Amino acid sequence: MLEDDAIRCDACPVLCYIRPGRTGACDRYANDNGQLIRIDPHVVLDRAVSRGDSVVPFLDRDREWDGSIVTGPENFVTAIGAGTTYPDYKPAPFIISSTVQGVDMVTVVTEGIFSYCGVKVKIDTDRHLGPETSLVRAQGEPVGHVTTSEYGSQMLSLGGVRHLTGGSRKEGTVTCETLLNLCDRRPVELSIDGGATVMVQAGKPPVVDGAQEERMRVGCGSATIGMFAKQWFGKVDEVVVVDDHITGVLSEHQAGKLLGVKETGIKIKGHRSTPGRYFRVAEPGTAWGGTNISDPLSILQNFNPKFAWPKLRLLMVSTTGEDHAYFELDEALRPVERDLPAVLSESVARIKENCEPALCTVLFMGGAGGSLRAGVTENPVRLTHSVRDALTRVTCGGAPVYVWPGGGITFMVDVSRMPEHAFGYVPTPALVAPIEFTLKIKDYEALGGYMDHVRSLDSIMDSKGRRRLSANPDNPWPLAPGKLPRSDE
Amino acid sequence: MRTRAQIRLLEDGRRVHLHDGPIDLIIEAFGETNEINAAYRSAADRFVNVLDELCGELTFLRQATRAPDPLPSGVIAKRMVAAVAPHCERTFITPMAAVAGAVAEEILGAMTAAARLSRAYVNNGGDIALHLAPGQHFVVGMVEKKGCPSLFATATLDSAQPVRGIATSGRHGRSFSLGIADAVTVLADRAAMADAAATIIANAVDLPGHPLVVRVPARSLSPDSDLGDLLVTQGVGELSSDELTAALDAGAAVARSLLASGLIRSAALHLRRDTRVVGRQNHRLLSVGETQRVRSSIHA
Repeated sequence: MLEDDAIRCDACPVLCYIRPGRTGACDRYANDNGQLIRIDPHVVLDRAVSRGDSVVPFLDRDREWDGSIVTGPENFVTAIGAGTTYPDYKPAPFIISSTVQGVDMVTVVTEGIFSYCGVKVKIDTDRHLGPETSLVRAQGEPVGHVTTSEYGSQMLSLGGVRHLTGGSRKEGTVTCETLLNLCDRRPVELSIDGGATVMVQAGKPPVVDGAQEERMRVGCGSATIGMFAKQWFGKVDEVVVVDDHITGVLSEHQAGKLLGVKETGIKIKGHRSTPGRYFRVAEPGTAWGGTNISDPLSILQNFNPKFAWPKLRLLMVSTTGEDHAYFELDEALRPVERDLPAVLSESVARIKENCEPALCTVLFMGGAGGSLRAGVTENPVRLTHSVRDALTRVTCGGAPVYVWPGGGITFMVDVSRMPEHAFGYVPTPALVAPIEFTLKIKDYEALGGYMDHVRSLDSIMDSKGRRRLSANPDNPWPLAPGKLPRSDE
Repeated sequence: MRTRAQIRLLEDGRRVHLHDGPIDLIIEAFGETNEINAAYRSAADRFVNVLDELCGELTFLRQATRAPDPLPSGVIAKRMVAAVAPHCERTFITPMAAVAGAVAEEILGAMTAAARLSRAYVNNGGDIALHLAPGQHFVVGMVEKKGCPSLFATATLDSAQPVRGIATSGRHGRSFSLGIADAVTVLADRAAMADAAATIIANAVDLPGHPLVVRVPARSLSPDSDLGDLLVTQGVGELSSDELTAALDAGAAVARSLLASGLIRSAALHLRRDTRVVGRQNHRLLSVGETQRVRSSIHA
C-alpha cells in the first residue's frame, strides 16, 4: 500500500517510498508530480558553488586577465542549480573535493536563502478582481493581497516574509508553493476575498471566473471615441463604443462636438454621466465590451425624429474592436444592419490593433541578505556598495534585474526572461532563486572576495552535470563588455 | 548487482568515488603506489556488496534499538547496533543513526587489511573513518556554509591520539534531525561511534515545544523513515541569544556525558553564530572560539 501519492523507487534495494516533491534517501531520485525522475549525481558540489551563495566570476587565475569579465565570453555560468532542476534540494553535509587551506577534508553544512521574497503579478484585465487590500488566497490559504490597480491591469502582491514564515505552517507552505509555481511559469488558481477567482500563469492570458481575457481594451468607450473621432469623421454619422465601464457616443462627446459632428437624435439606455458618456448601459458580462449584451441595439431607444434622418449611418463597436456592427436607418428611422463599409473596417481593425494581448506577468522580488552576501565576500556591505557603484552587475539566472535604490540588494526580475525551473525552495519555507554577481576580478579582490575559491570557467564547463542553455536573445548578455562597469583604476 | 555500483577515480587522479544507491564515498589512501592500488581494489570489491547486505536487514535496522535485542547477521549491521546500543537507554535511536560511519569503517578496514598504508580516509558524506600509521596526522576542517571556504574549525588528528572517526549531524544534512543544531561534529575512536553520538547530540541541541521551531512527523516527509511519527525539524525562526544558549547548553550537557563515558573524544556544536566545544583541548578544536570571534567581528 502506498500512502498518498508516494511512489516506490526501485532504483536500488533501499526501495524508498518518496512523496511528491521529495527525494529518496540518495537525493538522486525524486518524485516529480508522481513521476520518478533522476537528478544528476555529480552536481551537489558544483551546485552549491553555483547556487548563489558564492557565485564568483569564474576566472582562470593561471591566465593573464585580458580585461574582459570572464575568460570565455561564450559562456556564462548562472546560479541555477546545475543539472538538477529539482526544487526540493536538500543539501547534505558533503565533501569539498579538494584540499582547502591545507586541510584534507571538509564537512559542509548549508543554508537556504530568500525568506524575504515575493512576486508582483500584473493581470491585464478591466474586470474587477476584488477590492484593494483584499486577501488573495491559494488553496484557501492567504498568500498575498490586491494592491493598487494600474492602467488596464489589476495588480497582486504575493508572498513576502509574513506569509512565508509569519503565519501557520500551512500558510507558509502554500505561499512558498504558489510563489514557486508562479516563478516557474506554471498556472496557479488564486481566489480573492470578496472578488473573483483568477487563473494566473506568467506570459499567458488570465482566466477570470472561467472566462479567458483576450485583449486589453484600447481605452474606455469614451477614450476610444476621443482617440478615433477624427478617423470616423465624415465616414459615418454616429458611433457608439460599447463598454461596461463608460459607453461613448460620438455625436454627444466633446471630441465629436469639436469636429462639428451633427446631433443624430440617438438615445442610449443607461445613466448619462457627462455628455456622450454613459454608465451602466447593461450588466457586466463576457459579451460586447465586457457587458452581457449580444445585440447592441438593445442599449438603444428609438431615435428622436427631430434630429435623426433616413440613411443615417451608425457604427457600434466594442472597446477591443472584437465586436462591431454597422446600421443604416430606414424611412421609419429604424436601424437596419448592413455590411461594414471598407472605410470603416479600417478603423475597427485599428482599434483591435491597439489592444495588446492580455497577459499575466510575474516579477520576482527578493532581497539578498547578509548570509548570501557573506557567501560572496567576507565584508558583505562592500558587495552592496559595489552593486550601487555599478562595479558589480547583478543577474538572476542570467536575466537582467532592476536593483531597487536604497540599502541592501533588493531586486526584481521578470521570471519569463529566466530559464525554466530556475527556482527552488527550502522547507523553511523560503524560495531559492539564482543570483549572479559579475565583476572584475580586481574589484572582487578589493571587496574582500574569496580569491581562493575562484574557479576557471573551463573547469566548470568541463565538469559533468551542467545544463547548457542558449541565452535568451531578448536579454542583454550578462558579460557584455560595453555595459561593464568602470573600475576605479 | 555488481553493475549498479559506480566506482571511479576522480579527476585529481588520487581519490576514488564509490557510489551505490544512497551511499557515496570518497576515499583516499597514502603510501606506495602498488599499496594504494591494492587498497582501492580491495575497497571496490568490498563496496559492491555493502548495499545489498544492509538492505537485507533494513526493516530490523530501522527499528528502535533496545538493550537485549538479537544481533543482526551482517558485519556492518552488527557494528551499527554496537554503536547505538550505549545510547538506547537514554533516548530513541535506531541502528540507522550509525549507518554512514559503520560503512566508512568497513571500507577503511578492507583497505588497511589489503595494503600497507601510511594514511587513509573514507569519507561517507561527512562521516569519516581514518587510518593513521605511527607518526602520521590529518588536518580536518569544517565549513560553516556551502560555497564558503572559510573554515570555522580545524582539528589536527595525529596517530598518538585515539580518534579515528569523525561525524557531522544537523538539521541541514541528508538525515532528519530532531533538534535545531546547524551542525554537530564529533570526534570519536570509531566512525560508527562518532556517527551515533553526533546524531544524539544534534538532537539534544533543542528547544522543546518552542513555537518558532517548525516540526513535522518524519513519516509525512518520508513514509519509510526510521523516525516514524517523531517530529523532525523543518525550520527554525529567529531565536534570541538566550534561547540559542539554552539549546546549546542542552546539547553540550549530552556531549559532556558521552565524553565522560568515553563514547566521544570531542564535539563541536554549531548553532547560528555560536559554536560550543566539548572535549579535550589538544585536538585544537579550541581554535574554534578564536575563529568565531574573528568571523563575528567581520560580519558585525
